[in-house]
Amino acid sequence: MPPSLQVEGLAFAYPDGHQALFGVDLRIERGERVALLGPNGAGKTTLVLHLNGVHRAGAGTVRVGDLEVSKPHLQEIRRRVGIVFQDPDDQLFMPTVADDVAFGPANFGVTEPELSLRVKQALDAVGTGDLADRSPMHLSGGQRRRVALATVLACDPEILVLDEPSSNLDPVARRELAEVLLGLGRTMLMVTHDLPYALQLCPRSVVIDEGVVVADGPTRELLADPAFLAEHRLELPYGFSV
Amino acid sequence: MGAGHAHSLHHAGDSVVHRLPAHVKIVTAFVMVIAVVATPREAFWVFGVHLALLVAIWVVARLPVAAIAARSLIEAPFVVLAVLLPFLATGPRTEFLGLSLSVDGLLAGWNILVKGTLGVLISVTLGMTTPVRDLLAGLSRLRVPALVTTIATLMVRYLEVIAAEARRMRLARVARGHDPRFLWQIGPTIRGVGTLFLRSYERGERVHLAMLARGYTGSMPLLGEVVTSTRTWAVALVPAAAAVVVAGAGYL
Repeated sequence: MPPSLQVEGLAFAYPDGHQALFGVDLRIERGERVALLGPNGAGKTTLVLHLNGVHRAGAGTVRVGDLEVSKPHLQEIRRRVGIVFQDPDDQLFMPTVADDVAFGPANFGVTEPELSLRVKQALDAVGTGDLADRSPMHLSGGQRRRVALATVLACDPEILVLDEPSSNLDPVARRELAEVLLGLGRTMLMVTHDLPYALQLCPRSVVIDEGVVVADGPTRELLADPAFLAEHRLELPYGFSV
Repeated sequence: MGAGHAHSLHHAGDSVVHRLPAHVKIVTAFVMVIAVVATPREAFWVFGVHLALLVAIWVVARLPVAAIAARSLIEAPFVVLAVLLPFLATGPRTEFLGLSLSVDGLLAGWNILVKGTLGVLISVTLGMTTPVRDLLAGLSRLRVPALVTTIATLMVRYLEVIAAEARRMRLARVARGHDPRFLWQIGPTIRGVGTLFLRSYERGERVHLAMLARGYTGSMPLLGEVVTSTRTWAVALVPAAAAVVVAGAGYL
């Protein structure tokens, strides 16, 4: 079985000439949960936008399952790579939660009665089944984040990509989201600055800095090396040690 | 929080009028507005019949008159113009309570007032019995271009987000002692509007990106397709047909 994600020698420069990625290699097996760590400006978001073909590789390849990211199968790639963006207000744009969750699968050709079933399953999976007819505007931060996750789950992705999932959440919402994510049993790539969250959710971490992968290993080992963390502007919160 | 502002027009209920499909109601409302506008201004009794038709709909939909009145206040600025016309217009004049009024101006003012009011009341009735999302779905079912309905959908959703952002920015200015009382102190507020525009523009880009990531290709998927029976159309179009008939009678 092919890995969920395979990135080989990925390089990319923005049109203004700024080179963001210098040959990134990354392989994520099916069912793995991997944290993508690194300081601001390291190229994390640029890498994520390559996974579903918003950016096209300057050099190198990205494969999702058995498909290479390229124009002919862009739509199928976008179904397979489910990105949960950092600000749920950017993701939730429909008048009701149910409409928003239906938006993705409907774009990918899912029709009734399957569509309603997908919406219900996705909302139940994140524990927000009772919010279907509400407006996203009237939800709490934690609810919004989980609904944003549901909008992606409804597309049945091969790999979930989460951009800063714990940002702006209160401690309870943060823990509830962690429980939901652990219960999904899906392949996951989590971009985060929240190192304890990475430790809790992802057995493996990849550190990226200045456009290259500088470390790839068990999260606990990486976080236990203060000199390495300091070198890449990473830092455990006060009072925290592994 | 600005909870619920965009939806305050809607008045939840479970009447026949509420249950009618949105696109049917939009057509009915549109035809009624056309009938009102086409009614000759001197046919005073016809406007009475138009109003009676609306009252009948309110009774069936069980809409409280106070709520309708509150939502109709949006018309107020236009009333001012209608009231000024009898004083400003030229032509033959008439005396009323010692005031010299233009006959033509009186009729023109009446024309604006009665047609504007009825038009607002029809729209308010539609808005009170139909949730915003159903209105939007109804418009796309009526083959309104997808671009227009998509823009309207996004506007309904993000108006509140942007309003909340504007409130936070204002709060941040006030917290640092900004207290505009005179016109020449408005500078920071104006620059705030500029910043808000840029932020909204950037948000627009992020929203578009998030839509692309979920397979958006330029057209919104039509969710929940419904089949409307001839009977439903027939029931819903009764008030519209009545309005057209009496408007026609106004010319006799």
